Amino acid sequence: MATIRVQAEPIDIGAECAALGAGRFDIGGIGSFIGTVRDTAGGRRITAMTLEHYPGMTERALAAIAAEATCRWDLLGCTLVHRVGRMEPGETIVLVLAASAHRHAALDATAFLIDWLKTRAPFWKKESFADGAEAWVDAREADDAAAARWGDLAAPT
Amino acid sequence: MADPAPLRLLYFAWLRERIGTGEEEVALPPDVRTVANLLAWLRRRGPGYEAAFGTTAAVRCAVNQDFADPDAAVRPGDEVAFFPPVTGG
Repeated sequence: MATIRVQAEPIDIGAECAALGAGRFDIGGIGSFIGTVRDTAGGRRITAMTLEHYPGMTERALAAIAAEATCRWDLLGCTLVHRVGRMEPGETIVLVLAASAHRHAALDATAFLIDWLKTRAPFWKKESFADGAEAWVDAREADDAAAARWGDLAAPT
Repeated sequence: MADPAPLRLLYFAWLRERIGTGEEEVALPPDVRTVANLLAWLRRRGPGYEAAFGTTAAVRCAVNQDFADPDAAVRPGDEVAFFPPVTGG
């Protein structure tokens, strides 16, 4: 039902979308979120982003997030693919797809999946700047607020 | 009698860099019953640990790959990970 993958290789968006819909005729729409690496942060130019994660826990967390979305919306399938390792500006870092018979479920579930992923899946970003400096990205309160609008975010469990 | 199973400790992101390792095994220290106890014990292990755990507001924890509160129990054989707030997506 849910396709969950953490990979170092580039994400093939078309192939993931095709795989989600392959052989099915009950899907009315697929919602998508494609996260990409920006070239600036806080006014500084970024040359690369490096993603670290917690193997094992990451897959468990993503499966739990997908299961929660499946409980809340009438989904026919969903896909969560997240890249790790070094990426350059413009590259896809995360892909979220949610398939449903109708658009509202597909689009709402997609927003929920990325909001929860950003606050509950154990990934960490490090930015490399043009001057050679590196810095770990701070968690944003805005992300907690975005996730909290879906309820039940007192503490990740 | 066999020794109790060790704790498997994992560190990620800037905690890993400050401590100087991403993984280690330790015998569960006496009097350590909770995540908060373990954090206080780790902080006294050396300058790298002090640097990593000095600002505990920025440290999150997972026990056996589930997010855990400071009062969560820690037992021999557990996998306990410490890391900053997550920043994926």
